[in-house]
Amino acid sequence: MAYKPPKQSFAGQIFDVITLLVLTVGALYLPLYLGLAGAAKTPAPIANPTWEALGQNATEQQQWAALGITDPAAANDIITARFDYSFSWVALVVMAILVIGYFVLVVRLSDREYRDVIAERFGAKKK
Amino acid sequence: MVDTKTASGQPERLQLLRVLGPAHIWALGVGIVLVGEYMGWNFAVGKGGMIAGLIACWVAGLLYTCVAMIDSEVTSTVAAAGGQYAQAKHIVGPLMAFNVGLFLVMAYTMLEAANAITIGFLLDTVAGMQGHTGLHQQPFIVLCVMFLAWLNYRGVLATLTFNLVITAIAFMAIIALFLSVQFGVSSVPLDFSAVTTDPMPYGWIGILASLHFGLWYYLGIEGTCQAAEEVRSPARSLPYGTMAGIMTLLIAATMTWYVCSGLIPWEYLGQAGTPLFDAARVTGNRGLMVLLFIGTMFSTLASANGCINDASRAWFSMGRDRYLPIWFGAVHPVYRTPYRSIIFLVPIALIFALGAPLDQVVTFSILSGLLGYTFMTFNMVMFRRKWPLDTIKRGYVHPMHPLPTIVLLILCATAYVAVFLGYGTQLIAMVSFYIIASLWFHFRRYRYVRRGDQFTMPWPRPEGY
Repeated sequence: MAYKPPKQSFAGQIFDVITLLVLTVGALYLPLYLGLAGAAKTPAPIANPTWEALGQNATEQQQWAALGITDPAAANDIITARFDYSFSWVALVVMAILVIGYFVLVVRLSDREYRDVIAERFGAKKK
Repeated sequence: MVDTKTASGQPERLQLLRVLGPAHIWALGVGIVLVGEYMGWNFAVGKGGMIAGLIACWVAGLLYTCVAMIDSEVTSTVAAAGGQYAQAKHIVGPLMAFNVGLFLVMAYTMLEAANAITIGFLLDTVAGMQGHTGLHQQPFIVLCVMFLAWLNYRGVLATLTFNLVITAIAFMAIIALFLSVQFGVSSVPLDFSAVTTDPMPYGWIGILASLHFGLWYYLGIEGTCQAAEEVRSPARSLPYGTMAGIMTLLIAATMTWYVCSGLIPWEYLGQAGTPLFDAARVTGNRGLMVLLFIGTMFSTLASANGCINDASRAWFSMGRDRYLPIWFGAVHPVYRTPYRSIIFLVPIALIFALGAPLDQVVTFSILSGLLGYTFMTFNMVMFRRKWPLDTIKRGYVHPMHPLPTIVLLILCATAYVAVFLGYGTQLIAMVSFYIIASLWFHFRRYRYVRRGDQFTMPWPRPEGY
């Protein structure tokens, strides 16, 4: 017999919409807003910067000028900023477990639901 | 699409018109993706240097070639609107479909937010060049999102047709810049000295890390399969159109890298908001500047418009299937658009467009896309196992299975590590979001879903079930 889902009340629908909104903003936006997420690119400005000291040749200096930056001090942070790629192997393994675990969770739970779908669509499996 | 009554009194859903050919599929794919040449890709240069940017461009091209091969087989067989969402429903199960729907919505909504940020940044830059510094970008961002949402609310046919025209202009602008620079229009010469003097500022780990933003060159090409139900000959049009789109984008991406890397110091390029427009500025040619300003505006508007269209339809589909409150499954009585879904996604796009930096928003979009490509690998394996080649008629059978699947899985794993390098917190936040959403769906939402309605293809029972 086909499964008959309950009818969701309007208040229930509103509750689900708010849940999704809170989830999206809370999980994705809040870490950004609180400064907990972000690329680890930090400038290491040099003292008394010149174009030569910043490693910029004559053509590159022309290019900086065309981009509106004629003072090497103004380009100091941009040129010297670097990502910090030092990482902990433990963090990498945690990340791998999280991603793999997520897909395992979704596939396994999906499979349970899928069996209901197939059983209803094609009837119970003959032994 | 409207419902009519059959002779038996049962409602019958009218089919979408099959009017599209390979050229339309090509235009659909390139139209959404072309903005990736105008902004975002250059962060790959920032993460690894000039050489890394080019390697990322080609390795990501290989990843997307695998995506296109796999997608062409599954989509030409599951020829239903909704693309990967419909595939997941039939092959893996409802929870996977819910997740794939969310991947599509988040990837497109974040891309829409990135487009709006770019428009605000571009207008600020141009205003600064005209002597009006300190332009407030926020009103333009809000105006852009609201205007495009309104266009989508009113009806999509005219706006998508217009999209094709402005995308073509944006594509021609890249070619014009490339040819102009080659024929000596630029007042500043091309300079690739960084390739020899500072080839790999981060070493090999920088090459790996740059793959993260290399995906941005092509992100969204898989959207071609959204039109599967409207294609005259899915077996021919989908693989031809999608593969032609990949080839076009590979050429455009390489030209973009060449011009930008030659005209802009890599340190500036690695953090630029509008790299192609900046390259035009460096040439000192006013005509090129105007052309690339128009190209950037058109590509971002076209992409944002397509994103609102695709994200709202994915959200609408989930509402119609009761994966989300059915309130979202409503169609406007006059304009025949999923108006509630369009309106609901506006504040989410605005929150990120107004409050998050471009690279973070781009990363969220890339991560959702990446999760979707990972899904494609086991989806392909399950598809062949549940329905071996001789059990159902496929529109297209991709060659060398399972090689593309294995290559795609390896490249996806590499891309996760690439994102982890520098943006690990976003990766964890995004996956945590999907885990919580999955638990919410399975333990609360699924009770409202009609089981049998989730399988509509005229296929035999899957093997093993």
